[in-house]
Amino acid sequence: MPDFTKTAVVAQDAAVAAEIAPQPAKPEKARSLWGDAWADLRRSWIFLISSALIFILLLITFFPGMFTGTDPILGDLAKNYLQKPRLGNIGSPDWLGYDQQGRSVYARVIYGTRASIAVGFGTTLSVTLLGGVVGMIAGYFGGVVDAVLSRLTDVFFGIPFLLGTMVVLNSFQDRTTWVVIGALGFFGWTQIARVMRGAVITTKQSDYVQAAKALGASTPRVMFRHILPNTLAPVIVVATISLGVYIAAEATLSFLGLGLTGVSWGNDISDGGNQIRVAQWIMLYPSIMLSITVLAFIMLGEAVRNALDPKMR
Amino acid sequence: MTTIEEVVPVESPAGGDGVPLLEVRDLHVEFHTREGVAKAVNGVNYSVNAGETLAVLGESGSGKSVTAQAVMGILDMPPARIPRGEILFRGQDMLKMSGEERRKIRGQRIAMIFQDALSSLNPVLTVGYQLGEMFRVHQGMSKKDAKIKAIELMDRVKIPAAAARVNDYPHQFSGGMRQRIMIAMALALEPDLIIADEPTTALDVTVQAQVMDLLADLQREYNMGLILITHDLGVVADVADKIAVMYAGRIVERAPVHGLYHRPAHPYTKGLLDSIPRLDQKGQELYAIKGLPPNLLRIPTGCAFNPRCPQAQDICRTEVPALQPVAEQDGTELDGRGSACHFWKETIHG
Amino acid sequence: MAELSKSDESQESTPNVSEVEVVDAHSESEAVAAIEAPVERGEPILQVRNLVKHFPLTQGILFKKQVGAVKAVDGVSFDLYQGETLGIVGESGCGKSTVAKLLMNLERATAGEIFYKGQDITRLSGRAMKAVRRNIQMVFQDPYTSLNPRMTVGDIIGEPFDIHPEVAPKGDRRRKVQDLLDVVGLNPEYINRYPHQFSGGQRQRIGIARGLALNPEIIVCDEPVSALDVSVQAQVINLMERLQDEFNLSYIFIAHDLSIVRHISDRVGVMYLGKMAEIGTDEQIYDHPTHPYTQALLSAVPVPDPDAREHRDRIILTGDVPSPANPPSGCRFRTRCWKAEDKCAEEVPLLAVPERFSGVDTPAAHESACHFAEEKDVVNAA
Repeated sequence: MPDFTKTAVVAQDAAVAAEIAPQPAKPEKARSLWGDAWADLRRSWIFLISSALIFILLLITFFPGMFTGTDPILGDLAKNYLQKPRLGNIGSPDWLGYDQQGRSVYARVIYGTRASIAVGFGTTLSVTLLGGVVGMIAGYFGGVVDAVLSRLTDVFFGIPFLLGTMVVLNSFQDRTTWVVIGALGFFGWTQIARVMRGAVITTKQSDYVQAAKALGASTPRVMFRHILPNTLAPVIVVATISLGVYIAAEATLSFLGLGLTGVSWGNDISDGGNQIRVAQWIMLYPSIMLSITVLAFIMLGEAVRNALDPKMR
Repeated sequence: MTTIEEVVPVESPAGGDGVPLLEVRDLHVEFHTREGVAKAVNGVNYSVNAGETLAVLGESGSGKSVTAQAVMGILDMPPARIPRGEILFRGQDMLKMSGEERRKIRGQRIAMIFQDALSSLNPVLTVGYQLGEMFRVHQGMSKKDAKIKAIELMDRVKIPAAAARVNDYPHQFSGGMRQRIMIAMALALEPDLIIADEPTTALDVTVQAQVMDLLADLQREYNMGLILITHDLGVVADVADKIAVMYAGRIVERAPVHGLYHRPAHPYTKGLLDSIPRLDQKGQELYAIKGLPPNLLRIPTGCAFNPRCPQAQDICRTEVPALQPVAEQDGTELDGRGSACHFWKETIHG
Repeated sequence: MAELSKSDESQESTPNVSEVEVVDAHSESEAVAAIEAPVERGEPILQVRNLVKHFPLTQGILFKKQVGAVKAVDGVSFDLYQGETLGIVGESGCGKSTVAKLLMNLERATAGEIFYKGQDITRLSGRAMKAVRRNIQMVFQDPYTSLNPRMTVGDIIGEPFDIHPEVAPKGDRRRKVQDLLDVVGLNPEYINRYPHQFSGGQRQRIGIARGLALNPEIIVCDEPVSALDVSVQAQVINLMERLQDEFNLSYIFIAHDLSIVRHISDRVGVMYLGKMAEIGTDEQIYDHPTHPYTQALLSAVPVPDPDAREHRDRIILTGDVPSPANPPSGCRFRTRCWKAEDKCAEEVPLLAVPERFSGVDTPAAHESACHFAEEKDVVNAA
């Protein structure tokens, strides 16, 4: 980490410079933006907490069996769903209580993670790619290309997000993860495209981009080395926030009966809503997991954005 | 030079002969930032009389603008803080006044002109409305009368076809014309003192000449005091009566305009003057002050200029030089001159 | 700094040899017609002929309709010789920065030619243009925006080598970057720092190092010191002069500060509203200006001498610079000129040595685009 105090040195005056900034014994290794960002992230507690949370969530997603041996679908009507959770029995099927059909809430929370994470990740990834590419092309090339792409974006932006996805999902009988991701992504990419386009247009006019062009830099080089890193910050912020939004949207769709057909937090929140007065835990625990997941991703986005801005160091 | 009696006596209970229009005494301003306390102004003293032009000369970070903002009362506090000092307007300390009293002085008695006229004007209101606002708010004029006054003002700052342009928006004027509108706005309530912060820096040379001429004429006409804040040695030589050179939040030299240019008494001033490209130096290296302006978070100990000064000795690194009177070799004091250099004698005479 | 001196390989930078020769013959006759080189200096390294850049003004969102054009540059011609500095002065909106962008091919010229060693570079594309770029580089005005904030100094100065890998083998680059830092007076250990950790003057040195990396012959400097503090300006000017001697560079030095331009330039061109008003040696322009605009510009410059203010003969122009979207007919300066007559509204004055001075051995005999060119010393008038 370079020390700011050392920069106020007189460059021309070697004597003074040597005095204030003693030369290191051996030359430092060449560094890059990504290397520095990583070095910075490793010391950010926001990053550490959020990535620990996300790591656990990913572990649950891929190895739910590690956390519970109970089947989330198999219901046992003999279990009384009005019986309070036994919070002492950590990890046991009755830890977080049972739902109406006698299924373990804990098992459903564990198995529901996969749906939420998959939809959140998948949708965010697809909208960021799609919106990012559209925004970059529209912003960089301008003119007719921009006019066409921007109007297209406006058309999609005009469609109410949830209504659009509901109409699309309603026409599917079997709503798999891919179908839900596709529907959410199809209507969701416009925000990223707009943010990206604006950022590209601003960055495109900056002198350092002109300087790179003056050196003879190719279009991909200008795009990926100069424009992209300087437009990532707003895109990452929007993407991480929307990741939470998509997880919530999936829950909303499930609540309305138009989400995933399998196990998901959204479905459980929807079901539990009917019993909120007698058995709050059916809704409470999936909701807590949803909140923690959304929060973890927003924190991660914040940490990454700060790390990619050398001025924040 | 006119004396103070001309002004309304009620406003200056302590007034009388010899009380300057504005006097800044031992002013300190600091900014609290994440990295520490930036000492922007460190004990500045200056005064200006009616009809007089004081040029405050300095580079970015010298504290010249911060001092003016403190006088004007438009510093954001926090992060700024004024731990010490007095700002006397006609003998009354403005720092001890209530917010209401200060507001009355600001705008009516002291007006300010900024560098960037475009961002100082509201883009969605016509210039006529913005000029008239002064009269409506401060003098309770009717809309119609205020507009007539606005046209009058635009005429006075020589905006052609004022009556036709009064309903135009700021973006419809060129940079020079916008700066005239700013001047008109500052003049509206016939203030006693105008503070102009780099008023022509954003303008082209030929337009700059027009605007400075106008400002000088109006100052004479209204017998106002003028504090001109600039980094341009040329502009200063053209209009100033006396000069205060600032460096790292202190006044390092004070002098009447002729004295400063002919015989600078501080190495920094001397360096600035020497680094102006001159005809007989063509093809040679320009004189350059080595190094960089100091970081306000870490002002060097002793004289702040010492790391860049060709004459620096040990004492310069330990002892802060006070602004001391400058005298001829025979001991006669030079009127109105001061230098904050341990070796001012060597600088001016050597 | 052996590896920075001109190497033989810079010769191979003109690939289209056949094209060069064709254009060459064509341009030479034109060159003679348009400009009589003031002294024997050999072949100019850069020749600009009738350069035009109009930015279209359009209306409509999807179907754009051109409703006019901003005539930013409207027929500018000049030469640049090896090792010299050509200053271009003018007020904002005169088109001087657009000329810089056209020279760098950052904007496509609407019309006109730029000959680099006889080859018209305005129509080049792809590889040929990339080769030319190695020899023409630029230093930008604002050191705070011209360096990518997310790249280290090493990456910024090393980027030219990434783009033109033939200039420096990969293993050599780091050392070259450090050499360049040393050349511009920065500590070579700063290679891993980011631009925001430097002051304005230091950043401008980084920008200069980037411009030098490819061993160019020409550097276009667009207001390189106007964003710097007064005490730092002189340092950067000195550096640029030292580099010019060391690497035999030719500079196009665009600025609005007339005293700095005079100090650094061998010849000076004065622009007004997209046209060249007057061009000549620094002495001809500053001491013997014949165009009224030059005279007004020179007299308006505040002189850092308080004695001058009483007896200086100042020409204060009235009005503002007209819009380049709708420039006056005939002579563009006529709306602010005290000499303007009917002829000025009808006939565009050509940039040429005024008839009254032609053949006379006087410093006033230089090119000036005025029907009523007349010598008037405004700088030394007392």
